[in-house]
Amino acid sequence: MFYLDDIGRYFLMLKAAFSRMTKGSVIRNLILKEIDDLIIGSLGITVFLAFFIGAVVAIQTALNLTNPLIPKQLIGFASRQSVILEFAPTFISVIMAGKVGSFITSSIGTMRVTEQIDALEVMGINSVNYLVFPKIIAMFMYPFVIAIAMFTGIFGAYVAGVYGGFLSSSDFLTGLREEFIPFHLVYAFMKTFLFAFLLATIPSFHGYYMKGGALEVGKASTSAFVWTTVVIVISNYVLTQLLLS
Amino acid sequence: MIEVTNLHKSFSGEKILKGITSTFDRGKTNLIIGTSGSGKTVFLKCLLGLFTPEEGSICYDGSTYSDLNEEQQRGLREQMGMVFQGSALFDSMTVEENVMFPLMMFTQQKKDEMLDRVHEVLDRVNLENAEKKLPSEISGGMQKRVAIARAIVTRPKYLFCDEPNSGLDPRTAIVIDNLIKEITEEYNITTVINTHDMNSVMEIGEKIIFLKNGFLEWEGDKSQIFKTDNKAVTDFVYSSNLFKKVRDAQLKGL
Repeated sequence: MFYLDDIGRYFLMLKAAFSRMTKGSVIRNLILKEIDDLIIGSLGITVFLAFFIGAVVAIQTALNLTNPLIPKQLIGFASRQSVILEFAPTFISVIMAGKVGSFITSSIGTMRVTEQIDALEVMGINSVNYLVFPKIIAMFMYPFVIAIAMFTGIFGAYVAGVYGGFLSSSDFLTGLREEFIPFHLVYAFMKTFLFAFLLATIPSFHGYYMKGGALEVGKASTSAFVWTTVVIVISNYVLTQLLLS
Repeated sequence: MIEVTNLHKSFSGEKILKGITSTFDRGKTNLIIGTSGSGKTVFLKCLLGLFTPEEGSICYDGSTYSDLNEEQQRGLREQMGMVFQGSALFDSMTVEENVMFPLMMFTQQKKDEMLDRVHEVLDRVNLENAEKKLPSEISGGMQKRVAIARAIVTRPKYLFCDEPNSGLDPRTAIVIDNLIKEITEEYNITTVINTHDMNSVMEIGEKIIFLKNGFLEWEGDKSQIFKTDNKAVTDFVYSSNLFKKVRDAQLKGL
């Protein structure tokens, strides 16, 4: 019953986020600020992680290719598939659940604790729209982060594979182009859009409805990370089953 | 003027407010006092429309809140200013942006006009040189003054203050009290202050209501509060050692 209550409140929060809109000029500035905080601020860590994930995927694949009959270009192929299908959209999103998610929960939670949300309500402002809607819109830019992660991941695989002496540059590039199915990119970006929505809304929910003081803000951030990860992993499974199998 | 009639509010079956009836006049500082847990904050949040009472009515200059539609309720809220206990300033905004925020949200004024008004109210609360500072860079007393400036910038008809003196030294507390009183008279607004500070009662208590366990135990003004024989009120007033000593001295004719 407890979870049903939370799920119900989550959907009511979503409804409130899209009703009684805040003044256009104000919301535009808020969206730009959120893009800076949530998207631009995540680029550095995303590029760093994606590069090394791609590199490790290439090395692991190379080290497991012990059969001389298997062509070396498989390293390029496997790196591309792993990075595009899973590592960039899902793995990076789980990391973002920690970075972006805890930022959203703690910032909204602190506003709750310090009565800033009450101040918005007293002024007659729809606080859910004011706080959550700009984050949802800003997170529509999230697929750009994942596109950069895909590129960087494959670049990392290239560097580790070629400069690590596992295969030649032409072998890697041949493998990279082999049996490319454009729908895989569509699938990856469909996932990314869903994850972006979850990354914006689940941590907002945990921050907005938290009760208590500073300690509870920390607990809410942890809880937001756990639940965002759980929902991302489950929805990843469901989407993969629906779209690829 | 705010008229409260037979107000009831409960949480999870526990009754917090038990039939409060009172009137708060325009142009006066109305104080709600009482011990912790007496229902002061719940009462104030009902007046603000943050809590919906189960029974009773709140009437703002002839408009009963519960009879208004959502749009009208929002319009009424725009006429309210609130000074929160912890100031509730927006951390990411400067003092100037905090004060300008209600104007940006509810008016179509040009930025220059808004800035003029912001500087006017900042001057009024004696904060001329803090416009560009963040709330974290100013003292508690200054934060309270910014909160007052933000509350009055839209020229509200009603001003609510939740323990405006908490965490302030006695001297700054008196400055804040006097500022609220002056603004109430100058702007002719209905001010309701939630406090348990007896210094505030003595300084600005034009009308005082005393809550105890969710009931309205006593109402009067600052001259009457020291003469009442209501035990709950005298226990509250003379719980302060200073007041007790003053009373003892008076009784001894010193």
